Amino acid sequence: MTQSPPTATPERLLFRGARIDGAAAADILVADGLIVEVGVGLSRNGATEIDVDGLVALPGLVDLHTHLREPGYEASETILTGSRAAAAGGYAAVFAMPNTSPVADTAGVVEQELALGEAAGFVTVQPIGAVTVGQKGERMAELGAMADSRARVRVFSDDGFCVWDPLIMRRALEYVKAFDGVIAQHAQDPRLTEGAQMNEGAVSAELGLTGWPAVAEESIIARDVLLAEHVGSRLHVCHLSTAGSVEIIRWAKKRGVDVTAEVTPHHLLLTEDLVRDYDPRFKVNPPLRREEDVRAVREGLADGTIDIVATDHAPHPAEAKACEWGAAANGMVGLESALRVVQHAMVDTGMLTWADVARVMSREPARIGRLAGHGTPITVGHPAHLVFHDPAPMRTFGTADLEGRSVNSPYLGRELPGVIRWTVYGGLVTVADGAVLDRPGVRS
Amino acid sequence: MRHLLDTRTLSREDALRILDVAEDMADTQRREVKKLPTLRGKTVVNLFFEDSTRTRISFEAAAKRLSADVINFSAKGSSVSKGESLQDTAQTLQAMGADAVVIRHGASGAPRTLATSGWISAGVVNAGDGTHEHPTQALLDAFTIRKRRFGADSRGRDLAGIRVTIVGDVLHSRVARSNVWLLTTLGAHVTLVSPPTLVPQDVSRWPVEVLYGLDEALAREPDAVMMLRIQLERMNAAYFPTEREYSRIWGLDARRASALPADTMVLHPGPMNRGLEISAEAADSARSTVLEQVANGVSVRMAALYLLLAGAGPDDRNAADEESPR
Repeated sequence: MTQSPPTATPERLLFRGARIDGAAAADILVADGLIVEVGVGLSRNGATEIDVDGLVALPGLVDLHTHLREPGYEASETILTGSRAAAAGGYAAVFAMPNTSPVADTAGVVEQELALGEAAGFVTVQPIGAVTVGQKGERMAELGAMADSRARVRVFSDDGFCVWDPLIMRRALEYVKAFDGVIAQHAQDPRLTEGAQMNEGAVSAELGLTGWPAVAEESIIARDVLLAEHVGSRLHVCHLSTAGSVEIIRWAKKRGVDVTAEVTPHHLLLTEDLVRDYDPRFKVNPPLRREEDVRAVREGLADGTIDIVATDHAPHPAEAKACEWGAAANGMVGLESALRVVQHAMVDTGMLTWADVARVMSREPARIGRLAGHGTPITVGHPAHLVFHDPAPMRTFGTADLEGRSVNSPYLGRELPGVIRWTVYGGLVTVADGAVLDRPGVRS
Repeated sequence: MRHLLDTRTLSREDALRILDVAEDMADTQRREVKKLPTLRGKTVVNLFFEDSTRTRISFEAAAKRLSADVINFSAKGSSVSKGESLQDTAQTLQAMGADAVVIRHGASGAPRTLATSGWISAGVVNAGDGTHEHPTQALLDAFTIRKRRFGADSRGRDLAGIRVTIVGDVLHSRVARSNVWLLTTLGAHVTLVSPPTLVPQDVSRWPVEVLYGLDEALAREPDAVMMLRIQLERMNAAYFPTEREYSRIWGLDARRASALPADTMVLHPGPMNRGLEISAEAADSARSTVLEQVANGVSVRMAALYLLLAGAGPDDRNAADEESPR
């Protein structure tokens, strides 16, 4: 790798023949980090031409739920390696969950994360702040300080832990109204899930693994939507995983509660039957559920009950998964595979169009997270965050597809459709012809 | 047979083969010299992550009577708290040249992980994993029931039509799970009796009947009643209010035991909590099979080790390999 200036200069790029949101082919001209022209048969005008004939062009993806592990757990992932994984998956922005060490519960930590993200330069790294000090669920962290910091935090979450105390949850929901924030809740009743290892049901009964019952998620969501309604606040529900949760969100939205919900790619595709071999790659929290739950979350995403897809990208070092099920860590990496899984589960099944994918993986996550300059449509004047995806190939997902530091993907060895050919972040190419660049915007 | 990991996937044919070989082993144990040369030169490791003197010495006796070298590896505590991982322990045993590993582990599925991880080439016998399975216990229970019922005429027979009632903490019992699969595979009719808090939340796919009342179950005059050990920490976790109440409602007391038909046998995997799940009268009566179970345990474990280490030709091994993924 040759030494390059700290900031690459955005090129003039002319992408030829992209199907914007899956529609008819058009050219996209990018200059100075913006989309400057969109149309058929654009003149080259000194730009570098890139043939994207027939590829689906989507606005750069936005992930509302990523674990980047830095500071503190750099053996699993760093902000740089996680940013590269994000670019490989077509992302232009990721929201970083606060369960780092130290926990991102102060302005200092979130500003540090923001700076590391800017230095990496592959995506916008938008920190999420912890709701409570140390994510201990006992007293509110300085949410205002994080909101007013350079990191402009708007999403607060104790993800990994549920804000279980109903009074603290109520106060947090109320408090963040001052700066248009949102509480992103990891809905898990801790008492009902003590020692939980997998979804509670017929399979856990057979495997002798302590159950994680659906009601432990649903009861918290039900409580929270009622709290949000009572105090007139905005609530976001993380990684919803059960049919019952979809029903509760549907009911709450019908009532006018200001609630949004996310589902992970793995809950759209994988079921608890994969646990039968006790392979810890399939250990995740919330756990993989039943076939009927997978159907329900797909339907919920298709009908708009569920607003977005978020990865819950959770890297772990090899030793955290090379062990017996009970000792293994929860979590799966997901940034690199998300779009392919969503295509497989939702687009190829006819449940979502590509325009819907742009909505649930870019526009809405940016809106929920109040992240300006992301999730905007591919029209003139908007920032040039773009992904060009070829939906045609069917390939086996392998470690070569993983760009982050960890390989705990549940899809290794599984056939998935599609390949991400180009990712553009603020006018800089981060993925060129399927390969993540060493430096954004610098092609050899 | 490549491994013995569970009874859930054990075929009727394989189960009967183990039981019949165990009959042969039992015959040899009536001789003055009990030791057979069959596994001379083979190394069997007893890898126990949980304390269990009974199961360990049973496997140890079985291996020694087949002339195998036995290494007892007691790795008390979980891999996480102890520092050394299952992988490192397994690779250590592999380097020492273990031919079979008998593993007892607190985590459900640990034997399968050991067998399928590629860390080790030895055959793996599950000697109890978490709340999952304890296949040799179920095999010795089936052997005991068959022997009591058919005596010298046991070979080749299954348990068709025999009614077995299993009583106690089914939720946390690997013995119950292994027995449910094995006994029903062999044709027995199995009834589970348990406080509702101690039955898994969804047993709709289990080939059993579930009752909450012990008296109702015993009134049906089962051929065998198997009492499970109640662990007192369950009481602290509020699965039932008090020991006394449990004993009153689900214990096999003297009154209940004496009301059973004369030929109904009473099994217990041991160690027993006398006065809690089983009364002294029931435990010490002629219907109790507790000591037969201990003796039969050695025969059944000899059979399992024999079939793992001596009984399988190369073709058999390949066939078994294909069954296990990864």
